[in-house]
Amino acid sequence: MCLGIPMKVKSINGDFAQVESGQLTRTVNIQMLPKVKAGDYVIVHVGFAIEKVDCQKAEQTLKLIYEIH
Amino acid sequence: MKYIDEFRRKNLIQRLSLKIKEITPQGEVKIMEVCGTHTQSFFRFGLGGFLPPNIRLICGPGCPVCVSTQDYIDQAIQVSQEKNTIIATFGDMLRLPGSRSSLEREKAQGADVRVVYSTLDSLRLARHNPEKKVVFLAVGFETTASTIALSVILAKQEKLRNLFFHSSLKLMPPALAHLLKDKRLNLDGLLCPGHVSAIIGLIPYNFIPRKFALPCCVAGFEPLDILEGVYMLLRQINSNNPRVDNQYSRVVTRKGNLAASKVIREVFQTTSASWRGLGEIPGSGLKIKSQFSEFDAKRVFSLPKNRLAFSAQQKSCRCADILKGLITPGECGLFSGACTPDHPIGPCMVSKEGTCSIYYKYR
Repeated sequence: MCLGIPMKVKSINGDFAQVESGQLTRTVNIQMLPKVKAGDYVIVHVGFAIEKVDCQKAEQTLKLIYEIH
Repeated sequence: MKYIDEFRRKNLIQRLSLKIKEITPQGEVKIMEVCGTHTQSFFRFGLGGFLPPNIRLICGPGCPVCVSTQDYIDQAIQVSQEKNTIIATFGDMLRLPGSRSSLEREKAQGADVRVVYSTLDSLRLARHNPEKKVVFLAVGFETTASTIALSVILAKQEKLRNLFFHSSLKLMPPALAHLLKDKRLNLDGLLCPGHVSAIIGLIPYNFIPRKFALPCCVAGFEPLDILEGVYMLLRQINSNNPRVDNQYSRVVTRKGNLAASKVIREVFQTTSASWRGLGEIPGSGLKIKSQFSEFDAKRVFSLPKNRLAFSAQQKSCRCADILKGLITPGECGLFSGACTPDHPIGPCMVSKEGTCSIYYKYR
């Protein structure tokens, strides 16, 4: 139930943003992410963006799995 | 798709699987995955095949539909029978058996029950049906609570007078504290829920290593996330140094989403809550604050508190033990015989994230 999908912010219109993942486009509320901007990836849960995806941290995680672990 | 595909890379999964085998200690290692979405991913991607046989993953109480009480469903069913009322709910709640009916059965008999994707849809329903009362069934953990809290604020700003929220929202850390007191569990590690943690951060888990000396790790939901979470737990177990690790650092920060936490605190206050299987846990629920009481379904509808009698079948249902991680579905006499996804008797067979439903699907 706490399912969240990473989606890319295409455009922002006030408290809402157009986001997309693959062929899917949705309008989601972004009031809980005050600093979000177009191009960011966000986790979408039941019509709300609940957190930004940190792209550097994502790279680090993959690098760690590949190189160190 | 970005941030999905790269965390499903086969070569990295195999690599991590080998590394896990290298560091797995002897004897049974019991790890509880708290979140139903973790359970679902674990089976969907067949991750059991990438772990040594002595690592046992145990499902926890992290499915909000499954831990909803019989009282709550019976109340929702009663409200659905009132005239000029629309029930708005997430789809998983529809088939949950109450004492004598389910919302699905009430809908078939004419009740106005609408499945919605988001709480925002319930605002739309209220706006378009001003002559009706719309009641949203607010179930979920911190992740969903933030979205519902914000919806209550938006409803107030919009001065909607016909929208009500029936809260059964629950908080994860108090439930974990309650669960870990049960010595029968005897866990070696805890895989903590990624999206609850996106909201609350890492600090609320500190009591787990401190008080229970139990390793824990917040993990994401893709195959590499779950395997790396297990790997990080094994490292903690081997070094005998329990702490709160964060595998899901691309989404979860130490303090969580402060704006989301603030919204939850603005609308809700903590209260004692009943969990199916775990019983009454102080401070583990969220109720609407008096400033927003005009949106509280409990204030507007008279809701029955006394549980109706269980049927004989319901009495032999062992969802309670499954939610505590004490047994697996196969140990329940009803599983896959009397209780199937088509004819669920207990809540764990209803929700797509319910342990029994997942075991049934992938058995």
